[in-house]
Amino acid sequence: MATKASRSAARVMMAPAVVLLLGWMLVPLIMTLWFSFTKYLPLRGDSIERGLDWVGFSNYSRFISSNAFWPSVQTTLIMVGGVLLITVVLGVLLAMLLDQPLWGQGVVRILVIAPFFVMPTVSALVWKNMLMDPVNGIFSHLWRFFGAEPVAWLQDASLTSIIMIASWQWLPFATLILLTAIQSLDSEQLEAAEMDGAPALKRFWFIVLPHLGRAITIVILIQTIFLLSIFAEIFVTTGGAFGTRTLTYLIFQRVIDSQNIGLGSAGGVYAIILANIVAIFLMRIVGKNLDA
Amino acid sequence: MGQIELKQVTKSFGDVQVIPPLDLTIHDGEFTVFVGPSGCGKSTLLRLIAGLEDITTGHIEIDGKDATALVPAKRGLAMVFQSYALYPHMSVRKNIAFPLRMAKMDSAEIDKRVNAAASVLNLTDYLDRRPGQLSGGQRQRVAIGRAIVREPAAFLFDEPLSNLDAALRVGMRLEISELHKRLETTMVYVTHDQVEAMTMADKIVVLQAGVIEQVGTPLELYRAPRNTFVAGFIGSPRMNLIEGPEAAKHDAATIGVRPEHIDVVESGGQWQGTVGVAEHLGSDTFFHIHNTGLAETLTVRAIGDVSLQHGDTIHLNPRADEIHRFDAQGLRIAK
Repeated sequence: MATKASRSAARVMMAPAVVLLLGWMLVPLIMTLWFSFTKYLPLRGDSIERGLDWVGFSNYSRFISSNAFWPSVQTTLIMVGGVLLITVVLGVLLAMLLDQPLWGQGVVRILVIAPFFVMPTVSALVWKNMLMDPVNGIFSHLWRFFGAEPVAWLQDASLTSIIMIASWQWLPFATLILLTAIQSLDSEQLEAAEMDGAPALKRFWFIVLPHLGRAITIVILIQTIFLLSIFAEIFVTTGGAFGTRTLTYLIFQRVIDSQNIGLGSAGGVYAIILANIVAIFLMRIVGKNLDA
Repeated sequence: MGQIELKQVTKSFGDVQVIPPLDLTIHDGEFTVFVGPSGCGKSTLLRLIAGLEDITTGHIEIDGKDATALVPAKRGLAMVFQSYALYPHMSVRKNIAFPLRMAKMDSAEIDKRVNAAASVLNLTDYLDRRPGQLSGGQRQRVAIGRAIVREPAAFLFDEPLSNLDAALRVGMRLEISELHKRLETTMVYVTHDQVEAMTMADKIVVLQAGVIEQVGTPLELYRAPRNTFVAGFIGSPRMNLIEGPEAAKHDAATIGVRPEHIDVVESGGQWQGTVGVAEHLGSDTFFHIHNTGLAETLTVRAIGDVSLQHGDTIHLNPRADEIHRFDAQGLRIAK
């Protein structure tokens, strides 16, 4: 876009997309903000046509003073952190494994990526009924085979179970990104390190891991965005019981179960704030990898 | 000390034998250059010495000790790679210090050695930069610095200058030669460029398809190439190889005359032809000559600026005592 004419032409042609995207984002955001300051209980006859009562910050104070709020924030953070830890660590290991020349490489790679194509609802159902069912699940058969008492996963280890399901879904994504990063590592660097007297573990630590830094950063940032809003996995498995109520799920319950749109909207605004706090921390910790 | 001996070394990749049994001794302190066209196995040979590839059969001895089964780090050799293979996320200082850190040397000694290497290589001002912020020549020096701090028994260079532009290449060539004179450490250097080989080497090993064609000092190879391959490979521009009746006059299947051993005369030369391209360099003029009836083109070097142009007829006299003779197998016939 060198000339003035082409620049203004570009602006004109981009305008519809920009306007549409802005509208798409701004309208729901402004409505959420508006609802969060009003009393909006559809079952009690409140509606936009009849006008909503302005209640100031009372929705906000109610949402934050509820017993469920802080535990839900904590649950969200543990879940996101757990999934990130598992997917990054296993993703690096799997990526290194898949980088090795092995028989049937193409098929193996497709199989590894497969979970990413399964819809969250479906994968949660499969995990719940096929693997984690305390009576007929594969895990319970396995436990019994070794003479152990089967675990009632979704009751006794509910948050762990959800972390496992979400990790299973996101591991392919992490593996894929990290695999491409590993493949771009210059093999002469590894050979140079070998000549310099670095054994395998040190080669990993000093050469491979720093090389993967940027890819790991991208994996963490992208996954965090999606993990903060995990919903289907919780809805299908525990329904928010047994300490698996994340902030997203709490908002859902306020809006749908309690039919309190104003209160839920206030929760939505808190969720935006939480996401931004997490984002700022992440950018502080890992964002410098994106420079240079 | 840094004597390297290869005894009946072979290397196969699957069913393909890239290096048939090969014997070679590289003496302590020698600057040895492996030279040959691409794919001749010279880099593979270097990697076998380094230990980055396993040899299929045979033995490698370093300083009289069998090193065949030793891992690369234990062979006491340092290597400079074609791509330099610097660690991009470490500063120059950390790059150079890396082998010493791996050897668990104490930090005062590391600092001393890194600073010494940096001052030898003019890198002192760049120690805190990353490799990405350096020019090609500086990166090359960092790679050499990383090799010299280890005080290895021998240096291995794998086409280290091929990524540099022509002017820098000449400069680095000199620097490496000077480094060798100062350190007096064994150096093994791989290149496909015969000019690098001629200018730097104490000993040149000419390779073709994994086979050593000839080993000798640069001038030995220049004066008495053992066969037509070496004759054509060493020397620039290439030696003229002439077959047929002209060769038969000298009782040979092929004769070779270097461009610098053919004199341009006014008239009545032994040979004549038409000038195709004349390259005027000022100090020399290179003529590419057609229609001589001897070979497709004949290359001749005339000293100074000779004013013959495209299409002119040129008269030539080869120097009789500088004609190399080869038999039907391409092997040299002694005078």
